[in-house]
Amino acid sequence: MGDYLPHTPDEVAEMLSFLGMDSFEQLFEHIPSAVRLSQGLGLPDGLSEPDVAADFARLTSANRAKASDMTCFAGGGVYDHEVPAVVEMLAGRSEFVTAYTPYQPEVAQGVLQAIFEYQTLVARLSGLPIPNASLYDAATGLVEGLNMATGATGRDKMVISAGVHPHWRAVAATFARGTGHEIVEVPLKDGVTDWASVDASGAAAIVASYPNYLGVMEDMTIAKQLAVANEALFILGADPVAAGVLKTAGQWGADVFVGEGQPFGTPLAFGGPFLGLFACTHDQVRRLPGRIVGETVDSNDRRSFVTTLRAREQDIRREKATSNICSNQTLMAVTAAIQLGWLGTKGLREVATRCAQGAHYLYEEILKIDGVSPVSTQPFFREFAVRLDKDASVVLSDMANNGVLGGLSVAALCGGDDPSIEGDVNGVLLVTVTERRTKEEIDHYVDALRKAVS
Amino acid sequence: MTHRALPGGRAASAPLLGHGTEPTLFELSVPGRAAFQLRTTGVPATPLSQLVPTEHLNPVVVDIAEVSERDLVAHFTRLSHRQFSVDLGMYPLGSCTMKYNPKFCDAVAADPGFNSVHPGAPAELTQGWLELLVELEQRLCAVTGMSAATLQPAAGAAGELTGLLLMRAYHTANGEARNRILIPDSAHGTNPASVTLGGYQVTTIPSNDRGLVDLEALKAALGPDVAGIMLTNPNTLGLFEEEITEMAAAVHDVGGLLYYDGANLNAILGVVRPGDMGFDIVHMNLHKTFATPHGGGGPGAGPVAVAERLVDFLPGPKAARLADGTFDWVKPARSIGRVHGWHGNAMVLARALAYINVHGGDGLTRVAQHAVLNANWLRQRLEATLPAAYDRVCMHECVLTASPLKAKYGVKGLDVAKALLEEGFHSPTVYFPLIVDEALMFEPTETESLQTLEALAAAVERIAQRAIDDPDSLHRAPQSTPVSRVDEARAARHLIPTEDAANR
Repeated sequence: MGDYLPHTPDEVAEMLSFLGMDSFEQLFEHIPSAVRLSQGLGLPDGLSEPDVAADFARLTSANRAKASDMTCFAGGGVYDHEVPAVVEMLAGRSEFVTAYTPYQPEVAQGVLQAIFEYQTLVARLSGLPIPNASLYDAATGLVEGLNMATGATGRDKMVISAGVHPHWRAVAATFARGTGHEIVEVPLKDGVTDWASVDASGAAAIVASYPNYLGVMEDMTIAKQLAVANEALFILGADPVAAGVLKTAGQWGADVFVGEGQPFGTPLAFGGPFLGLFACTHDQVRRLPGRIVGETVDSNDRRSFVTTLRAREQDIRREKATSNICSNQTLMAVTAAIQLGWLGTKGLREVATRCAQGAHYLYEEILKIDGVSPVSTQPFFREFAVRLDKDASVVLSDMANNGVLGGLSVAALCGGDDPSIEGDVNGVLLVTVTERRTKEEIDHYVDALRKAVS
Repeated sequence: MTHRALPGGRAASAPLLGHGTEPTLFELSVPGRAAFQLRTTGVPATPLSQLVPTEHLNPVVVDIAEVSERDLVAHFTRLSHRQFSVDLGMYPLGSCTMKYNPKFCDAVAADPGFNSVHPGAPAELTQGWLELLVELEQRLCAVTGMSAATLQPAAGAAGELTGLLLMRAYHTANGEARNRILIPDSAHGTNPASVTLGGYQVTTIPSNDRGLVDLEALKAALGPDVAGIMLTNPNTLGLFEEEITEMAAAVHDVGGLLYYDGANLNAILGVVRPGDMGFDIVHMNLHKTFATPHGGGGPGAGPVAVAERLVDFLPGPKAARLADGTFDWVKPARSIGRVHGWHGNAMVLARALAYINVHGGDGLTRVAQHAVLNANWLRQRLEATLPAAYDRVCMHECVLTASPLKAKYGVKGLDVAKALLEEGFHSPTVYFPLIVDEALMFEPTETESLQTLEALAAAVERIAQRAIDDPDSLHRAPQSTPVSRVDEARAARHLIPTEDAANR
């Protein structure tokens, strides 16, 4: 029954008559009858909004992992950070939500300037001067980085640390089917990339993650040296919250920064839409994927913003474009600019610090439990992996009954064994703590885990 | 000027507010100001220097911005006032399907029961989400006439590349190494760009004098090295490819596959399905056809549905209903793997399902009927001012040409598009498809009223009159918008992508 059509029956008749027609059918007469649908779509008839809402309420109640029922200690690139009402409301303004891509800058200065501000923040957090206007997510950011490396070097070999998020690596492997990239995964030893264990000669890119997906802060000097020695691009995936206090990708010498921008104002959202952060050096600007906004002036000499370097993009360059991306994640980029504006210089540092404090407090407590041992002895930032005597998925199930989303099973995340984990992967649990977790919640976590592993 | 109320789709408030410039967030920054408030946690406040080895700490404080909450609100509210949007007025942007975005769908997705769920939570704790994904997959297959779908691709272009990788996996599994993809000259730019990333070469097929794929040229280009063809139907001229069954047969005869670019799916909902036309792979743009808001350039969602013989190759893991009625993640037997970091743009998927369920099969059919009616009415109404590039019944959009105005008065399509901004409408798509001179592609969508269409037509007619009376004023248009035409050459020549590059 529902639709959003404004036409009255009289207007439809008037419009058809203007076309010399008396039925909708005549509009479709030129479509060969052999392919026409004779019986309709076979979908249920439409419902009113309240009827659909009632059905969706059934679905939300079946989502036991929702915040009202469970305290979140799961991370893996997606974090339960504070999103205040002011950010939700500003980012939810329909001028931002229902706008199109800013191809007509005269009436799109709002989105364009917000993207410019977002780009500035990405550049500062990455320490690299050329950001873009966003990509779908960090995984596709990595793929674009690899394509950039092939463009820069003419080579196809990608040397990727197993410390890079398993899903990002999986996406890179999928797209390598088309680009022909040869991917060499570098295993972790004690949670740290064992660069010496692989042959990096002829590499187009050296790829690492900082901290790595198990939370470990690796010294990136070796990765950088490897890139320099092989004239390869150094692509560094970094946690953008940690970047508030840790060395930036640029300071480690990266040519390309990719990151998952979800922590900046986007809810957990079952994985999307998220925000692919991307920035690179001046040297790579002509190979930049996707849109970039630049400052200029209008014909009356007023400061203005516009999408620029358009000659790289698919609608102009077609099969020679640097990327096929068209729609990106602008609304999430605007949201990130608003959230970072709310946090400010001090707030971002405070959030990063509190995450580290919470994670270290939990880590100390968790290791007091019998049957829980560390996966790595190396320093971590806001996330860590532990090995349990039991299967992690069984433990998570048990903890859920105590109202705790206890982390992520690394076996589930990796789809089985993985070069990031030495030995049996099934008992490995990845745990994070954000600034939203209280000491009481953390203590409750420890109790729930103790019960689950005993 | 009459004082009749302006129709819903015409933005009476455009020219928008704010002809002065809005300071940047960084210009508003005052050291010492702050807006953030965090939870009191009771967690021991160990100094960072005891948690992180010195060599990892940034010796420099990264400057973000320091503003009060009040400044933050004023700044982004003012920016929003310098921005056109569907909620403000009509966007007759051809190929982009900028229809009204029902608020109900946004509200459904914003429910914490959906949006506070971590994507890595075990399936047993996310049964509602998995059921939603399974239901949406079924609905999309019903709409397209296909067997199964992946919901992972984050936008149309990601769907295209996924589709091409599916083609590659299929041919490879059959022991075939094919290397060419055929694309009509009227295709979207994402098609050839995706083909390259899929590891294929593009062969362009010309259009005939009716604006359709030249069937003979297509047949001549076919061979055992052709992996498939990418088609948009209706095509980017808004015309239905009437010889589609012949084209499908010819491509299938050489062992190729047909890829359907779903950018124009809005035109055929409930009328004809890609699967029935012979297509093997279909991507959909949920942010077009199923009205999820475009967010100023994204997020979108680009699910890909396939015919039976390609089902095993779909990306995974994907949500599935098990025999016992519960839901779990399942990896298709010969899956090409993940194409997204998690499960796709889930919140967009939730909105699309709400939209589909409100409309139902009957409502979706009405969507296509009214979209096509609106486009044809506008085409006919503007016939004397901006003639159609191909003068016959179109589908959901019509490609008109400003070439007569250019020939007589030196007024280009771009000038007409810019002048429409002064009239309270967004511009149509300009200079696309590339094969039409001075193209102006209008897609009114089904959610605009007859009154809005009439107001748009009247605005175009006023612009045409200005072309006669004062063509120079059109070269300078728009003047009443927040900024006038911007210096794009300067932006590209002297790149300033950040505040720090601006040297303020």
